[in-house]
Amino acid sequence: MAKVTFREERCKGCGLCEIACPKKIVVIAKDRINQKGYHPAIITDQDACIGCAFCATSCPDLVITVEK
Amino acid sequence: MEVFKKTNGLTDAPFHYCPGCTHGIIHRLVAEVLEELGVLDRSIAIASVGCSVFSYNYFNCDAIQAAHGRAPAVATGAKRSMPDNIVFTYQGDGDLAAIGTAETVHAAARNENITVIFVNNAIYGMTGGQMAPTSLPNQVTQTSPYGRDVTLVGYPIKVSEMLSQVEGATYIERVAVDNVKNIKNAKKAIKKAFQNQIDKKGFSLIEVLSTCPTNWGKSPKDSLLWLEENMKKNYPLGVFKDRTKGDE
Ligand SMILES: Cc1ncc(C[n+]2csc(CCOP(=O)(O)OP(=O)(O)O)c2C)c(N)n1
Ligand code: SF4
Ligand code: SF4
Ligand code: SF4
Repeated sequence: MAKVTFREERCKGCGLCEIACPKKIVVIAKDRINQKGYHPAIITDQDACIGCAFCATSCPDLVITVEK
Repeated sequence: MEVFKKTNGLTDAPFHYCPGCTHGIIHRLVAEVLEELGVLDRSIAIASVGCSVFSYNYFNCDAIQAAHGRAPAVATGAKRSMPDNIVFTYQGDGDLAAIGTAETVHAAARNENITVIFVNNAIYGMTGGQMAPTSLPNQVTQTSPYGRDVTLVGYPIKVSEMLSQVEGATYIERVAVDNVKNIKNAKKAIKKAFQNQIDKKGFSLIEVLSTCPTNWGKSPKDSLLWLEENMKKNYPLGVFKDRTKGDE
């Protein structure tokens, strides 16, 4: 099963991972902010992840690691 | 098993780039290529002046920071004196296509065995969004508030097309990083440009269409759309010159 992890303290909330995810399970958490002051990206349904790494490939800030 | 993890070609320093700026993606592609080709320990980055001025903090190899526009000249010196090292420049369009046009054209004409990563975001990012030689016709910038008027300031300089006419140049390709497919193609092109240097084939330049959400005044997502809809019309993707064909 695929697993996606975020180095949340580095996230700038740009949302490029969100539009890249074919499963639409990466979203920006509007209810909180990280140390940098941005709304961080989170995964809503880990079980639905297919491990394609499109999110990580699109992230400019090396926030995302994908394991399968 | 890790499907995607940070390359060792980058240090762990967080990028200073604005949210959604694709400089970060291009840094990563270059770093992954250096690691995959096994040349990280003998690579020298030539940083330029622009938002990427601090790239020497990010590439996990040696680096020299060149004066504005002079990176290809500095790279020439480094490569000629240390031919076993892999030398590359990382330059914006203000750096490469304005103040550094001469250095670029002559390094290509001499077919210097270096790799040039040219990040075209159609604007001067670092200094606050002034019009660049690469800004599109009618593009609104800080110094063209009514849009770039080509009758007054001329047309954009198309670096890849121009350099494809320089006899010496070995490999010229334009790519973009606006979606996963293009990011993968961009990495292939960057890898080819470094492989050319390893194989002593000469001057390779990869122009990468990139975003500047901050100075374009657009969200990171809308910036990708603007790149797709406007930049690619003026700057079509593709291989503009390839003198490596036939020797393979
Ligand atoms: C000799 C000199 N002239 C002008 C400048 C001001 N300056 C700094 S960066 C820059 C252009 C940056 O634009 P670009 O190369 O497109 O890179 P970006 O910031 O967009 O990545 C200019 C004109 C300078 N630093 N040195
Ligand atoms: S690995 Fe693919 S499916 Fe999983 S969160 Fe990332 S983009 Fe979505
Ligand atoms: S692409 Fe990266 S920096 Fe941007 S929101 Fe997603 S995880 Fe955060
Ligand atoms: S000013 Fe533009 S090019 Fe510079 S870091 Fe910000 S978005 Fe990127």
